[in-house]
Amino acid sequence: MSLLTVEGLSKEFGGVHAVEDLSFAISPGTIHSIIGPNGAGKTTLFNLVTGIYTPTRGAIRLDGHDIAGRRPSELAGLGMSRTFQNLQVFFNMSAVENVMVGHHLHLDRRFWASLVRLPSVVRRDRACRAHCVELLDFVGLGRYVNSDAASMPYGALKRLEIARALAAKPRLLLLDEPAAGLNATESREIDEVIKKVAAMGVTVVLVEHDMKMVMGISDHILVLNYGRKLAEGTPTEVRANADVVAAYLGAHV
Amino acid sequence: MWKSPRTGGLAVLVALVTLAPLGFPNAYFYDVAVNALFNATLCVGLNLLVGYGGQISLGHAGFFALGAYGSALLTGRYGLPPLAALLLSAGVVGALAFVVGRPILKLKGHYLAMATLGIGIIIHIVLKTESAVTGGPDGLGVDAFSVAGLTVSGDQAWYWLAAVLVVIAVWLSLNLVDSPVGRALRAVHGSEVGAEVVGVDTTGYKVLVFVVSAVFASVVGSLFAHKNGFITPDIGSFFRSIEVVTMVVLGGMASTFGAVVGAVLLTLLPQFLASFEDYEAMVLGGIMMGTMIFMPKGLLPSLRLLLAKRRRTP
Repeated sequence: MSLLTVEGLSKEFGGVHAVEDLSFAISPGTIHSIIGPNGAGKTTLFNLVTGIYTPTRGAIRLDGHDIAGRRPSELAGLGMSRTFQNLQVFFNMSAVENVMVGHHLHLDRRFWASLVRLPSVVRRDRACRAHCVELLDFVGLGRYVNSDAASMPYGALKRLEIARALAAKPRLLLLDEPAAGLNATESREIDEVIKKVAAMGVTVVLVEHDMKMVMGISDHILVLNYGRKLAEGTPTEVRANADVVAAYLGAHV
Repeated sequence: MWKSPRTGGLAVLVALVTLAPLGFPNAYFYDVAVNALFNATLCVGLNLLVGYGGQISLGHAGFFALGAYGSALLTGRYGLPPLAALLLSAGVVGALAFVVGRPILKLKGHYLAMATLGIGIIIHIVLKTESAVTGGPDGLGVDAFSVAGLTVSGDQAWYWLAAVLVVIAVWLSLNLVDSPVGRALRAVHGSEVGAEVVGVDTTGYKVLVFVVSAVFASVVGSLFAHKNGFITPDIGSFFRSIEVVTMVVLGGMASTFGAVVGAVLLTLLPQFLASFEDYEAMVLGGIMMGTMIFMPKGLLPSLRLLLAKRRRTP
């Protein structure tokens, strides 16, 4: 069964059809990429799926349950997590604290327990910190554990968002342009991280412009143009599709 | 363990409030110190909202005044024991903050500032005009504070009560900030959408911290009323709301000890400036503008940065 199913999804902003009558399915345990020219509706699609926007029409199903219009914080509880194209890092906190917020739903969140600092809260917080340090190591940020997020370089912040998203223990992880603004080496590192995440059994959906990365790691690619599906299939199929080449890839790929 | 900012800072605070009276030559010093510590407690609560939660309230004196009037009326008119009156007032103020907080905390920035300003002004006006209940602009007398037959009287007794109160407030605030709840709260300040997608109910946390800070203000208001023995609606004025926000900003936002330092400094400053007579307000304004220009993070965080820099370049 598909982990995520989208049926007849549309989003209109005034008269603009950002996403129009879009349907696709994502099976668990794979890496999916969504590509397309700027303004094709990729980020809008992410915002619809993760509950930041409410769809104008259509259904979004996670494990068969309709989740359209649910709040992002509810979706996190259902196993969905994401990163952002324009960073949404907590710049007022340290790196490890950023990741610890990602673990929020798995901690003791009772107000009174936190207020009087119950030993159980302290114990679980300590375990959470250790786990989050491991996650920082996992994404290659081991040396930034106690750094202020505000003092970290851009490439590190991209990975910090991935670590934070992983701390929520997602089954479905959506990455919005994880390699945007990174140099070739950093891109390759992100590439490795994504492969490792997928190997852990997390289903990954990414929006990305780095075609080398997309073609290299994706099991399945969805191509959008003007808010509609242009094509979908394996990297080989997509690369051979004449419409995709004309609209996005260009003849030389 | 004592080297951590948490326990170390608490130890310093306890030592300071314990030793400070050694330098008080007369009752007047105690009186000023009690006001400073009351303000500090109020600011520790407000700092949770403003400094850590990243929200603003320009109506906090309103909650302070409601606590004060609640205690005055419940003890004076209905004969409740002062502690019960304090708790009941805090509960009612918390409930009020919850009810108004839910709709207004959806607002951001200037809009939230305007809405909280409105709440403060409404409370002030109600206290002023409902003279049948509140005594109107003439004010209201308040009985002494007593618990289990023991009456708190005299400036020294009040000083120790205020000292214990501020230490408890700082302890609670430090606990909260470094906990799952506190991190969620700071995350809301950092990025609301970033917090949402990892499961933080941002609206819920904003309302929670608004209620907590209102309850802090109410409790301090209740004690202030008993200590002063007389209250007027002006304790809930707009100017008072601005004053407490200034204390938090001056001391350093998102710093619990900064809130204490800011509150103590701004309570003491007018005493030192008394010799400037008519120019007092101007000097005060000048000091505040200077702080904002040269130390925009506030006193304590700026000092900490300076020390860290010194340490790196010996």
